[in-house]
Amino acid sequence: MRSELSQTGKVPDCCRAGLFSSLLPLGLFVLLCLAWPRVVQGHMFTVHWNWVPSLDLALAFRLDGLGLLFGLIITMTGFFVTLYASTYMAGYTQLGRFFVYLHGFMLAMLGIVLSDNLLLLFIFWEATTVLSFLLIGFDHDQAGARENARQALLITGGGGLFLLMGILLLKAAGFPMTFGLLAASGNLVRAHALYPAFFICILVGVMTKSGQVPFHFWLPNAMRAPTPISAFLHAATMVKAGIYLLLRLHPAMAGTPLWTGTLVLIGGGTALWGAIQAIGPCDLKRVLAYTTLMALGVLTLFAGGQTVLSLTAATTFLMVHALYKAALFLAVGSIDHQTGTRDLNRLGGLMKCMPLTALAVTGATLSMAGFPLFFGFIGKEIMYKGALAQEMFPVFATIATLVSNALMTAVAAVILITPFAGPLGGKLSLVCEVPWTMRLGPAVMGVLGVMFGIIPEWVSAHLIEPAVFAIHPDREEIRLVFFHGINLPLLLSILTLSLGALIYGFRSPLRQGLLTVLDRLWFTFPGLYQTGLDRFLTLAGRFTSIIQNGSLHIYLSVIILVMIAAVGSVWLPHLPGIAKTAPLSGPWIAAGLFNFILISTAVVVTARHRILAIGGLGGVGAGVALVFLVFGAPDIALTQLLVETLTLIFVSLILLRLPPLEKAKPPSRSRTLRNAGLASSAGLIIATLLLATLQTPLDRSLTAFFETGSMVAAHGRNIVNVILVDFRSFDTLGEITVVVLAAWAGVNLIRRAKER
Amino acid sequence: MEPLLAISVGVMIAGALYLMLSGMLVRFVFGFVLMGNAVNLLIFTAGRLSDTAPPLIAPGRTLPAEPVANALPQALVLTAIVIGFAMTLFLLVLLYRTYDRTRTLDADQPVFVNEQAGTDDPAGPDPDGPDPKDPA
Amino acid sequence: MQSIILKTATRLMVGLMLIFAVYVLLRGHHEPGGGFAAALLAGTAFALFAITEGPDQVRRAIRIRPLTMAMTGLALGLAAGLPGPAAGKPFLTGIWWQAGPISVGTPLVFDLGVFLAVLGSILSMLLCLEEN
Repeated sequence: MRSELSQTGKVPDCCRAGLFSSLLPLGLFVLLCLAWPRVVQGHMFTVHWNWVPSLDLALAFRLDGLGLLFGLIITMTGFFVTLYASTYMAGYTQLGRFFVYLHGFMLAMLGIVLSDNLLLLFIFWEATTVLSFLLIGFDHDQAGARENARQALLITGGGGLFLLMGILLLKAAGFPMTFGLLAASGNLVRAHALYPAFFICILVGVMTKSGQVPFHFWLPNAMRAPTPISAFLHAATMVKAGIYLLLRLHPAMAGTPLWTGTLVLIGGGTALWGAIQAIGPCDLKRVLAYTTLMALGVLTLFAGGQTVLSLTAATTFLMVHALYKAALFLAVGSIDHQTGTRDLNRLGGLMKCMPLTALAVTGATLSMAGFPLFFGFIGKEIMYKGALAQEMFPVFATIATLVSNALMTAVAAVILITPFAGPLGGKLSLVCEVPWTMRLGPAVMGVLGVMFGIIPEWVSAHLIEPAVFAIHPDREEIRLVFFHGINLPLLLSILTLSLGALIYGFRSPLRQGLLTVLDRLWFTFPGLYQTGLDRFLTLAGRFTSIIQNGSLHIYLSVIILVMIAAVGSVWLPHLPGIAKTAPLSGPWIAAGLFNFILISTAVVVTARHRILAIGGLGGVGAGVALVFLVFGAPDIALTQLLVETLTLIFVSLILLRLPPLEKAKPPSRSRTLRNAGLASSAGLIIATLLLATLQTPLDRSLTAFFETGSMVAAHGRNIVNVILVDFRSFDTLGEITVVVLAAWAGVNLIRRAKER
Repeated sequence: MEPLLAISVGVMIAGALYLMLSGMLVRFVFGFVLMGNAVNLLIFTAGRLSDTAPPLIAPGRTLPAEPVANALPQALVLTAIVIGFAMTLFLLVLLYRTYDRTRTLDADQPVFVNEQAGTDDPAGPDPDGPDPKDPA
Repeated sequence: MQSIILKTATRLMVGLMLIFAVYVLLRGHHEPGGGFAAALLAGTAFALFAITEGPDQVRRAIRIRPLTMAMTGLALGLAAGLPGPAAGKPFLTGIWWQAGPISVGTPLVFDLGVFLAVLGSILSMLLCLEEN
């Protein structure tokens, strides 16, 4: 899909569309910035339109501190990613589709963080699932991309079903769907007998979306997507949706031992597992994917906490992570774009030829490692404070945070040192710096990482405080400061850095050990997923081959048999009575038509020559048309006659191109008898059903309505036509749509036949 | 009169199904057309045929002067005729295309009947797919 | 086809049938007829024309692509639904204007849309088959 790598520093012309469409996220970002000061003052913007009031579903949106923080991250990353993609994706086909998916995804993500209704949130949640499927599988001509996209869809989509179940349980228990009202009845939710069920269902949705163990493996596999997508989906947005939901539901559901204990254990476990695995792979993108797992684990851990401190740690680290991770993903994409590889073993010395990217990566990795003066340092301090103050399992929380942070430090060193330091590889000497569109994002986010580290008080007052206050009742002041004095968190920070350095030093033996252990594992969750999927597909294949074997005869026989069995079983006892009461007489013209239709039908059925069959069909059609004419329906009589004529023309046109009917091999005698039996039973049932219908009184009120309204309301004297074009015109619109679609499909079928 | 038509409908349905079951695709299409006619007649008959004046209003009046035929099933049948016509055309083209591709119009030929549907994997094993052993 | 009688008769017939189709379309709101019947009639006329003169002549006669005609019909049908919402009523509600002795309304536009959609569909398949 990708053409030759562009080695020049210019923006290719084909990417103006990407540049132009980056105005959308930029505009949204500016809009959010305009609303920012009021939000900081504590104002909450809301809009509310009814959608399905009976389902408590409304197009309700709200912008508060938490939504603003997420919204700013989403739109800012969205802007940089679009800008970046406008250059990076040059040479891909279907770029228009790409940008539509990307922006659609961004809008769905904004929908999640701005909706004020759980059901509405779920709709946006599912939209991100579907769009991420399309984005991960964007290289759909590669089987691997398709496979991984499907994995992501199955896991996050399956989790989405659990989320829906949780939401519906809440609704069935009588709780309101609006977040504000739900939060107000938080005590009732927590005390409800079904609280564990609400919690587990919603938690499964969160865990699948946010890559928590054991549903984590789709996330590293989703790295098959082009890099801008990875950066957007996995650094800043999609995987944070689960975290957002936890934070948003915090006032309504948090505070129970179940909530805190489960989240701390799952989050801590995910953080450790992700961090340990991050030292394994050689592919830079995969390394970053595992560090994302670590970050998501830590965020879940802190979302489990009850205190302002814990939530502050979550929101602060959320920002830290979004900034450095998006920058790193984009920078790795730049390296890949310029050198054609992301393999740590083949990269080296890029500092000389990509100095600006190197600078941005330096900023991002130092923030990731948590060096003083960087925003990551602030984040780490508050994390240790939060972990030490965790209500449940504080020791586990602290150790998990410490170990994963130390591993992060080591991984940050690997990401910074291996590709950029050392001698330049021979093949890499031609590499040059990427154009500005690809540098801007990492640079700005790197700079923000430093800036926020220097002015933490401003950040806490303008971003963290509004976000935390939106979900926590206590209004205790949050102050992020650079230096707290010598205390336990500071000591832990120093310990992290030294441990990280140690791990970095021993990274080769550690990696070997890790790979050996992973190799020996006899049970893995991805393995379980794969086995389950394979078994399911085999089963589905067997089942399909039985019920859909392609035999027209069997399909039809089954349909007819089911009809006979279902209707006939109820019907059979009434048959004699109906047959007795029906007077089989009529005017001579009716009897004539009856005979004519019967004889024509017999001709069609028995004809061995197609001309005879066509003649018989025409006879049936004409007979039916005459019935219409005699019994007061000139409109349909006319239509029927014309349709008969045209059908005959088309049938002749087609049959001229087909082999004659008489050449076909007649079916065996037993089969013919069976068919005749089936067909005549079905005919008998239909005929008696109609006879029975005719004996029931007819409700003509609808017809009477049309008759009275035809002239008065619709200015037409032909009642049938008035029904068609006025009273029931929506049906007619649907009908002509079907006609046009059939013609369109037919024309394409004929043209394809011509091309061969 | 209606009972006579009910019997006609039954006979037409039986004939149509017999044709569709025959396994010859051309006769299937004939059956389809016949079935369309039968169903149209069924809907029409179910709306009763006691009044035979067309559902029209004389000029200068706002209501039909005498009892007129039931307009509602007529509107339904009119729509059904045209849709059935479009479907017949599509079916004919499909028939033509089928013959063009398979050179047969016998629905029991092995080209149409797949005994192993669903079990074959057209993509085959994928070297780039997620490794089931990868303990990610 | 080469029959001179057929050719001559066809020219006359086709003209008459098309005029009759327009008549059927226009009278449809008050007398038996309407968009469906008119479209089928016109379709039959063009089918006759295509058999005697060939599909190219038909294409030349109708000037626009048949599928475009069908889509135009659909668009007209949709457009006829819009005055309803504009007047605060449901989609496709018939809206009438009195212009002297005759009244004009959206259902007439809708009927024209039906005519074009059905005729365009018939013609597109017919011509495609004839050319094949």
